[in-house]
Amino acid sequence: MQYHAPATVKDAVKLLAGSKGSTQILAGGTDLLVRMRSGFSEPDTIIDIKRISPMCKIARDGKGFAIGAAVSSAEMSENAALAKAWPGVVESAALIGSTQVQGRATIAGNLCNASPAADSVPAMVAAGAKAVIRGPKGKRKVAVEKICKGPGQTILKKGELIEAIVLPAKPARTGDAYLRFIPRTEMDIAVAGAGICVTLDAKGVCTAARVSLGAIAPTVLLVSRAAKALIGTRIDDEALDALAAACSAAARPIDDKRGTKEFRIHVAGVLARRAAIIARDRALGKS
Amino acid sequence: MNFQPGKDTLKRNFKTVGTRTPRPDGLDKITGRAQFGADMTAPGMLWGLILRSPHAHARIRKIDTSKAEAVNGVHAVVTAADFGPCPDGVLDVRENIMAREKALYDGHAVAAVAATSRAAAKQALKLIKVDYEVLPHVTDVDEAMKPSAPVINNKLFTKGLDKTPRKPSNVAERFEFGHGDVEAGLKQADLVIERTFKTEATHQGYIEPHACLASMGSDGKGDIWCCTQGHFMVRQVCSALLGMDASALRVTASEIGGGFGGKTTVFIEPVALALSLKSNRPVKVVMSRSEVLRASGPTSSTSIDIKIGMNKDGTITAGDATLRYQGGAFPGSAVPYGAMAAFACYDLKAVRAVGYDVIANRPKQAAYRAPGAPMAAYAVESVVDELCKELDLDPLDVRLKNASSDGSKASYGPNFDVIGLRATLEAARAHPHYKAKLGRNQGRGVACGFWFNFGGETSVSLNVSADGTIGLSVGTPDIGGSRASIGNMAAEELGVPHDKVRCIIADTASLGYNDVTDGSRVTFASGLAAINAARDAIGKMCERAAGIWGIPVEAVTWEDGAARPSSPNAGKHEPLTLADIAAQAGATGGPISGHCEINAEGAGVSFATHLVDTEVDPETGYVKVLRYTVFQDAGKAVHPSYVEGQFQGGAVQGIGWALNEEYIYGKDGTLQNAGFLDYRIPVASDLPMIDAVIVEVPNPGHPYGVRGVGETSIVPPLAAISNSVSDAAGVRMTQLPMSPPRVLKALGRI
Repeated sequence: MQYHAPATVKDAVKLLAGSKGSTQILAGGTDLLVRMRSGFSEPDTIIDIKRISPMCKIARDGKGFAIGAAVSSAEMSENAALAKAWPGVVESAALIGSTQVQGRATIAGNLCNASPAADSVPAMVAAGAKAVIRGPKGKRKVAVEKICKGPGQTILKKGELIEAIVLPAKPARTGDAYLRFIPRTEMDIAVAGAGICVTLDAKGVCTAARVSLGAIAPTVLLVSRAAKALIGTRIDDEALDALAAACSAAARPIDDKRGTKEFRIHVAGVLARRAAIIARDRALGKS
Repeated sequence: MNFQPGKDTLKRNFKTVGTRTPRPDGLDKITGRAQFGADMTAPGMLWGLILRSPHAHARIRKIDTSKAEAVNGVHAVVTAADFGPCPDGVLDVRENIMAREKALYDGHAVAAVAATSRAAAKQALKLIKVDYEVLPHVTDVDEAMKPSAPVINNKLFTKGLDKTPRKPSNVAERFEFGHGDVEAGLKQADLVIERTFKTEATHQGYIEPHACLASMGSDGKGDIWCCTQGHFMVRQVCSALLGMDASALRVTASEIGGGFGGKTTVFIEPVALALSLKSNRPVKVVMSRSEVLRASGPTSSTSIDIKIGMNKDGTITAGDATLRYQGGAFPGSAVPYGAMAAFACYDLKAVRAVGYDVIANRPKQAAYRAPGAPMAAYAVESVVDELCKELDLDPLDVRLKNASSDGSKASYGPNFDVIGLRATLEAARAHPHYKAKLGRNQGRGVACGFWFNFGGETSVSLNVSADGTIGLSVGTPDIGGSRASIGNMAAEELGVPHDKVRCIIADTASLGYNDVTDGSRVTFASGLAAINAARDAIGKMCERAAGIWGIPVEAVTWEDGAARPSSPNAGKHEPLTLADIAAQAGATGGPISGHCEINAEGAGVSFATHLVDTEVDPETGYVKVLRYTVFQDAGKAVHPSYVEGQFQGGAVQGIGWALNEEYIYGKDGTLQNAGFLDYRIPVASDLPMIDAVIVEVPNPGHPYGVRGVGETSIVPPLAAISNSVSDAAGVRMTQLPMSPPRVLKALGRI
């Protein structure tokens, strides 16, 4: 097994493109190292991106935030401006694993691991985040919801890696939230998750919404029909009921050790409803 | 000088016993100095890894190890062929530690490798070729009992029936306990409720996986260092499996990271020893968490029918139970204990409990804290709760009305001695928790529990050092604070400060035989033996004082840590303290030690009452435990902090069992959740502080009144939580775990 720790993105891409056999990117390692230890993954090459300094930073400009692929969720929580702008995204990253795991885990890694139950992904999708991909052919930006093809599979091509996750500048009167269901209070994997982002007008009427569901399909879903249930409403009980129904209708989960199909379908709606209330109140400046 | 029941007074003014002294293992554990099973190493040591069956049930046609043996660094490969004939008593252990003709469950060991590195051992495991013929399997207890079920062992004919059947089945044995006319009792009742319950298998969840280091010398003498609840058991079983003299094998128990009954047997120790024998090198084997869950010993899954009759005044007229426990691929589930404990809290005229011990394609069950009793109590206490609700009676009043008390005939045969069930019920009724208001979607549950407790074979040695300090050697591994409690009892008896006594767990060559740490026996039995050993040493010190003073030993008495003339007639002599006598030991006859070897009897039974409030989220089925109070009889709490810890620990394991823990098997019979991510034990933030109320009704069988406290605390929680959730949800729950999907379904939401 070969281990590389390049200092630039360019070098990382070069190593990735030139590597033979199975190659894995190491950021926090909270998925990769666990898989290696349990014998599920035996990569020939590991490329550690934590020595690439731009990838370890959260950059802010007028357009929003660029969160480097090696930034841990704990660092995100400590960034006051980011936490203020996108609390849903930051909170979703702070749900991953334990305090110790959050000191290592990254949202880019969470995305590339391509688990349908990834906590930060529905929140990123709801917030309209994009992944900045670097590869031998240069740079491209892809919406987060388009990255995963199925469990464990991404659209990344040979030689490509995610350099950063970019979050847009937050429009006025916009709020986001993410909720997940787990049978415990922490240290668990989502049985279902819902990320919601809403923008209201001055009268409190919803003008834009994005609704995303996790752990209820092979990939995280962006559910436009559920968003439509909110747009044009004040996100009142009636709209919330319609949202919950649209989310349950969109869910196509499996039965497994973490929950039954019928449970996930029902709870997806419950979580969306509860998350929408938080997002709405945030947009109204209530919290 | 030994303790004699009825002659010692239980009422005395304690100095050390009953105080909260600092824990003797605390500093080592928080600084990392403590040596656990996996911390042992030896020069030239090899790493052992075990290959496990991926099938729930399969015939092993052939195992080809030649390619594995050829791997660079591999020194030995063993299979069942390396374990020869053995006494009948350990046959099932032999079959369980290494599959022979058939792999009987997912995770069953089929071969093992020892190599100079883990990587080489891992590579070798992949090269072992096992030719399996996959067979039909069964993992559910009710399915396993059906005549159409695949027969796991064609030599198993149900025992305990009037006539032994001619056809083999998965039912190993039938048990029955009880007395009186049950049918007549049920007929007299104003209300009879009959229900069926199911519980899933749970694991003890000890944080430290099994680990051992075995070293076999070319002279046939061997050593094992391991984490175990009973190193004498490890010696007996391993020497028997490898055809060694028991005394040729020395076993040393490491510090232990939890046991809860799961470390009262062997899994990897004989394998490591066989690898060491074959390689002539020390071999270390450490289980992964997934191996622990797949191949160590969880508790039984069960299916239980209960029928209880009650009159409008709350009198229980009769109780009837049928209990079916699967204990994995071998006979020996804890169903007899479940059947005996089911109705033990009630003084009944008519009671019957029938138990069936069933085998299935799952790992061989091991003891888990009050083995078999929590599930039985869950079923019985659920029906009692429902009867109270239907008849509009207070659940504590009804329990007090029917409670077993001193002298009453136990449902499992004997008559109780002095017991504390009523005291725990009265403490619960008087506690503010019982009167506290509940909010929306909240409920309260009550349940009682019983455990037998055990004494057993015990050997203790107490050595007085020249500086007046005490070395106390016991042979029962400390899984719950027993070193502190036993040391404090010796200090109490000798009249020295607690920190002058160091209590250690001696190896198998240094003490007489000791039964394993189980049955909540250690603080009782090793404590009793330590008191007796202290009295033995006191007798010897009195003899030395008599010699120094030139008076007969009968004229010397021991008080407050010193020998004193027993009366003015004995002459005027300044007291000789323990330290004074110890300093002169060499000149007065040599070293001073006290010993005790006993088969301890008189372990008093123990009862508890639990009170729990929960809140159910009606939209998700999520259950939050809001408040929990344990009331348990400790006889005498030697170290109250450890006693409270035992109460809390049992309640917490019960919460896990009741709400989320379960063995989940796929259609192919393989375990789906072999890790702590999906085998969900409670995390700290899931729990309220567990309030522990110590009730003390002294056990007449112990000089200080001690009763074991380790196990009773896990008996009531399943029922108490289920009663609480049923109250909060307004629906009777009859299956564990009460996971959110199951609760939501019971609520009719999905």
